[in-house]
Amino acid sequence: MMRLPLFDFRAPRTLEEAARILDGERANAMPLAGGTDLLPNMKRRQQVPRMLMSLSHIESLNRVMLNDSGLRLGACLILSEIAADPRFRNGFTALAQAASLVATPQIRNMATLGGNICLDTRCNYYDQSYEWRKSINFCLKKDGATCWVAPGSSKCMAVSSTDTGPALMALGARVRLVSRSGEREVLLSDLYNNDGIDYIKRKPDEILAEVLLDSLHGWKSTYWKLRRRGSFDFPVLSVAAAVRLSRNNTVEDARIIVGSAACRPLAATEAAKSLAGRSLDRQAIEEAATLAARIAKPLDNTDFDMTWRKRVTAEFVTYALRELRGDDVRAERESFTRYAFE
Amino acid sequence: MTTLPIESQKTSQIRFTLNGEETDVSFAPYKTLLEVLREDLGHTGTKHGCELGECGACAILLDGKPVLSCLVLALECGGKQVLTVEGLGENGHLHPLQDAFADLGAAQCGYCTPAILVTVKALLDQNPRPTRDQIREAISGNLCRCTGYLQIFEAVETAVLKITEQDSSAT
Repeated sequence: MMRLPLFDFRAPRTLEEAARILDGERANAMPLAGGTDLLPNMKRRQQVPRMLMSLSHIESLNRVMLNDSGLRLGACLILSEIAADPRFRNGFTALAQAASLVATPQIRNMATLGGNICLDTRCNYYDQSYEWRKSINFCLKKDGATCWVAPGSSKCMAVSSTDTGPALMALGARVRLVSRSGEREVLLSDLYNNDGIDYIKRKPDEILAEVLLDSLHGWKSTYWKLRRRGSFDFPVLSVAAAVRLSRNNTVEDARIIVGSAACRPLAATEAAKSLAGRSLDRQAIEEAATLAARIAKPLDNTDFDMTWRKRVTAEFVTYALRELRGDDVRAERESFTRYAFE
Repeated sequence: MTTLPIESQKTSQIRFTLNGEETDVSFAPYKTLLEVLREDLGHTGTKHGCELGECGACAILLDGKPVLSCLVLALECGGKQVLTVEGLGENGHLHPLQDAFADLGAAQCGYCTPAILVTVKALLDQNPRPTRDQIREAISGNLCRCTGYLQIFEAVETAVLKITEQDSSAT
């Protein structure tokens, strides 16, 4: 039986109090939101914070504020509520889809938006029990010296496995980070870092408090996720895409993000740029799909064959862009993701 | 690390509502709700599976919503409403879902059953006449290695009919 290690527990009622606690504890403490990622990791001794600071009792973190200029989402919003909220449609659809495809219904009733954004990176050599990891002399990410996926690498290659991260990047999201000394707003895309250990630039004394989205009037977005089963599994490849089309259906602006193909979600900037001013015809989509697949560099440390995961990148970009131009791809979505999204 | 005697580890207390009854419990602060239910309260109906959120066997209803009790800190449950399989029947009678699961062979080894029963109860509270797809989606976080799920879907549909009949004869 795997028990949690011992920890001190704090449950502040306000963001200010939480920031004070983190200021004192720094890396000794970890914020606890839904617990669906951190608690399993603690049971396997992958993460062993001396203190857990619950964010569940801070009311302001559960708020949704919607006005003409955009949306402000509290970091502790529950994924099942985001998935079911009809306000997160049209421009914001990719977010609702990503939230609805995380893990299982029970986990989506617990897991939070902020928690999924900050999800620990994953690897076949890391997400194992303490005894299993000990038997291979541990790995670079925790307690060891060798990256078993790429033994020559000085960098940890654990995979970014967040669903909402790529979706929010496609929507141009920013996040608000609060600490005792002040607060800052950064593009979500600038918060992630392509390193399996230092995958997120949240400082230990900062709380990810809000996700900020500008109004996406005129945009359409979608999220495609690859996993073995229609439930439970983390993504092993994902594509989030958003486009703004002009009246004559040419692309005014586009963003394509490839998830779970590196230590962070990757922006397929060239692929998105290649669409500018064009209509989403077969040739434009094919070119964008080829360019996007070029940046995906999956390694052999998740489920499924890595070369196949790379090939799926181009396929998923194709389906996503076809869906955004108005094609009916529900059958394809159901066959690949075993999931319909109405 | 020295191991303290179990009783002196019980340094945390909460009061919550367990299956409709106000309950006080003392427990070691690192324990999950699953561990407190089974070890400190003797409610062993909720099953202990993978401990990592990968099987669904420990699902209970927390304030009416299905969650995994192996990933909830007991420390976070003060003031909450918890429903486990022990609280499903009323006045000594099985819940219609339990009857249907027993009658139709929807429980074989039975290990996944308590979690599926409470998860489906939460579905029926929200949606009294779910379609097969809605049932499938609701229990897509509950692994069952015996039945192949078909008997489970059939038992839920049978229970839905029975509950509808009971309700219409009551009015």
